[in-house]
Amino acid sequence: MKWAVIVFPGSNCDHDCYYILKDVLGQDVCYKWHKDTSLSGIDCVVLPGGFSYGDYLRCGAIARFSPIMNEVIKFANNGGIVIGICNGFQILLEAGLLPGAMLRNESLRFICKDVYLSIENRETIFTRCVKTERVLRMPIAHAEGNYFVDSETLSNLQKNNQIVFRYCRPERDERDERDVVSFTYTDNPNGSIDSIAGICNKNGNVLGMMPHPERAAEQILGGVDGKLIFESVIRQ
Amino acid sequence: MEITKQIVAEHGITEEEYGKILNILKRTPTITELGIFSVMWSEHCSYKSSRSTLKMLPTKSERVLVGPGENAGVVDIGDGIWIAFKIESHNHPSAVEPYQGAATGVGGILRDIFTMGARPIAILDSLRFGKMDSSQSRRLLSGVVSGIAGYGNCMGIPTIGGEICFDAVYEKNPLVNVMSLGIISDNKIVKACATGEGNPIIYVGSATGRDGIKGASFASRELTESSYEDRPAVQVGDPFTEKLLLEACLELAKQDYLIGMQDMGAAGLTCSTCEMASKSNVGIEIDLSLVPKRAQGMTPYELMLSESQERMLVCVKKGYEKEVEKIFAKWDLHSVVIGRVTSDGIFRVMDGQKIVSEIPAKALTDDAPIYQHPEKEPEYLKEAQAAFSLQPSAFSLNEILLKLLASPVIANKAWIYEQYDHMVRTNTILCPGKGDAGVVYIKNAEYGKGNTEGTEKAIAMSTDCNGRYCYLDPYMGGMIAVAEAARNVVCVGAKPLALTNCLNFGSPMDPEVMWQFRRVVEGISKACQALDVPVTGGNVSFYNETEAGPIYPTPVIGMVGVIEDASNVTDMGFKDEGDVIILLGESRDEIGGSEYLKIIHGMIAGKPPLLDIEREQKIQQAVLEAFEAKIVKSAHDCAEGGLSVTLAECCLQGKIGAKCSCQSAINMSPISLLFGESQSRIVVSVSSANLEQLRQIIVQAGIPYEVLGVVNGDELIINELIQLPLKEMETAYQWQG
Repeated sequence: MKWAVIVFPGSNCDHDCYYILKDVLGQDVCYKWHKDTSLSGIDCVVLPGGFSYGDYLRCGAIARFSPIMNEVIKFANNGGIVIGICNGFQILLEAGLLPGAMLRNESLRFICKDVYLSIENRETIFTRCVKTERVLRMPIAHAEGNYFVDSETLSNLQKNNQIVFRYCRPERDERDERDVVSFTYTDNPNGSIDSIAGICNKNGNVLGMMPHPERAAEQILGGVDGKLIFESVIRQ
Repeated sequence: MEITKQIVAEHGITEEEYGKILNILKRTPTITELGIFSVMWSEHCSYKSSRSTLKMLPTKSERVLVGPGENAGVVDIGDGIWIAFKIESHNHPSAVEPYQGAATGVGGILRDIFTMGARPIAILDSLRFGKMDSSQSRRLLSGVVSGIAGYGNCMGIPTIGGEICFDAVYEKNPLVNVMSLGIISDNKIVKACATGEGNPIIYVGSATGRDGIKGASFASRELTESSYEDRPAVQVGDPFTEKLLLEACLELAKQDYLIGMQDMGAAGLTCSTCEMASKSNVGIEIDLSLVPKRAQGMTPYELMLSESQERMLVCVKKGYEKEVEKIFAKWDLHSVVIGRVTSDGIFRVMDGQKIVSEIPAKALTDDAPIYQHPEKEPEYLKEAQAAFSLQPSAFSLNEILLKLLASPVIANKAWIYEQYDHMVRTNTILCPGKGDAGVVYIKNAEYGKGNTEGTEKAIAMSTDCNGRYCYLDPYMGGMIAVAEAARNVVCVGAKPLALTNCLNFGSPMDPEVMWQFRRVVEGISKACQALDVPVTGGNVSFYNETEAGPIYPTPVIGMVGVIEDASNVTDMGFKDEGDVIILLGESRDEIGGSEYLKIIHGMIAGKPPLLDIEREQKIQQAVLEAFEAKIVKSAHDCAEGGLSVTLAECCLQGKIGAKCSCQSAINMSPISLLFGESQSRIVVSVSSANLEQLRQIIVQAGIPYEVLGVVNGDELIINELIQLPLKEMETAYQWQG
């Protein structure tokens, strides 16, 4: 597979995504500068986290107008695989590739910590490598991750199985737990509606998620659950 | 404008210094020149009161490639990997405008690192505030934390550690010291030089505005009630622009045509230009009409003294101006040739055709005044150190331990560090709160220069200082600051390599402060020599005092250590049922200067614990040997709160209990045994199968030790003195800010 990591001015997880794809997963990957205007030959596009344009105006609101975004929209509409992580998710919302908007975290603070995710849809191309009954642990790091949609859109998301990840709390909170079965939706770090941590579009080829899978893809960093997301895509 | 006595005084220049200026120029200075002298000769830029004392510090080792004097020190950590690091203060700005003060403190230290051609990979903050029950302190704390988060997070550089203390002496004069460390790739160090007559001087980055005018002078006097009016002296940060500047500068740093680079920090355009000229023994001529401006009608005086952020000065070989422009244009940044290198040694400032300043560059740097202010042993010392008697506490020992765990200095700081992105760049292997030091590893895939065995290196960093110890005994306090910082990196498995320091003191005009300063520096020197850890640079911040008096002498040490095999790193948490807990070192009957005295009795008194630096060295060495043998499952030093707090933290971090019996100190008072802060003590746990091996290492090192007990259950038990369930300790330890 050929991957492209888009670099906006102010992206700062571009390098981390590139490293995981290339050095940990052995993928063919390139950077695409936001002023580039072609995605030819690319199979999967990653919009990385960071502070594109300093998050000035509104997270993702300016990056959405970068020249490359016209291509990303075309690419997505043609069925190309797109993953937006954190700021990348925010850009996808601003670009209209995914529904909804981000509010500031309920605490009004930036939050950086590990969270647990339940997989709400195991059929997507982003989650099919996740064994059933697993919850995933990976970090969040954002100030505006409080996902919001109106009730009609929310019920559409639910109906169409577009909710991919929800924040959750495993019943047993032990060290190195691997295969937790039961959990509740009581740990919502940012106030997201319906505890939503990640969604996909109706066609299932565009994923937006606030947690950082690229930060949980090496044992030395404390976990490898994030790797499953990329591996799911690779396995197609 | 006529230069009157009053104008001279307003610039913080003494009569004697003004005489020196007249002598150098052989004429009356222009107002711009006076402004330039005032910032270059300010304490902040010239180190005029500290320079002679600082000479005492050892600054060399075979690993040190760049020592004090450049933007950051550079150390070779082996296998061709070079690191640059430094700590700096931003105390005064943070006192009057906490968010921007702290944010630009982060911005400033990051520029220091990437000016050297190093990519910053970590940030640490050492913070001090007044008591948490004052609304003023809470406002400052929340502003400073948001400022650090706002800038560091946006830059995409992880904040991996630091420390935070609270004491009434910092009430109106908080301390905000920020440290950063970066990696230099391809062994290409960039220095702040400008050579080759006719080579262009290029201004890159943000435009110049009216913010931060005379910030360096502002930082060189005491804070008063009216300091609030100095808010215009505080700069306004734009981390987004700095992120672009970082990427552009690192791209430029790779180019062979680059001669030198200097950031515009304190004293802005003035300091960057004349330091570049002076260091390279050349002159520089710049034309202010070419400087990108963001305000209209700025005078030469304002342009020279503005401390607008996110700006750099670059010198390249003639003919490569367009190349530089291309790099910076990619990141939408200014790149304008504003001057050139000359051979006359003069720092000349033009405004179009008009000369507005003409001063020999060396006069501003090398000829800056040096003072040896009078010193006097402080009056308070004898009384503070005197023997004292303690009323028995009304609290039980269990209650005391819970109170200490709940005190802000000791309690869990998650609500603070969770506001910092501490994982970006995916190198952080020990997050804040997990171990005694923050640790990042160096990916072989990125730097391609792994160890010969194929293992990956890691770097441990810690900032430390106990201001109370330094107040009660400046020499011992200075020595302990170094020893503890080194001990902290040892506790995660790293060998201490070098340090940077941020020396925060009151006014140098106060003889008692100067005495404290010298004694602290002597203590630091002694410890550095004994532990073989050189000082590669840092920062002196004087005038940390308000109407209420000076702060405690607070020499913050930023220690850097190296781990050859990143997979060897461990945190402080106890791991598995049945593991054996060993205390290395010796508990003495010492309660002076302790957190216990402060929290339980409200006393700042007695002598701080004694430090035997030779023994310290042996203990650190023994622990490192145990790490090399791969038998250490957890390590944590004894610091504020003493042995009981250390054991409690090991339990809380590991989510498992411990059963301990401390026999060696059975004859001393339970208070000293549990809460005394004797130095050179490290609590280690190993699996029972490895106890013998550890014992051999310890015996060979000839240091006292004691097997304390085993990791077990879900409560902490110490002799018949302490018995507390984990849950209860956890509740006390949680701190919601």
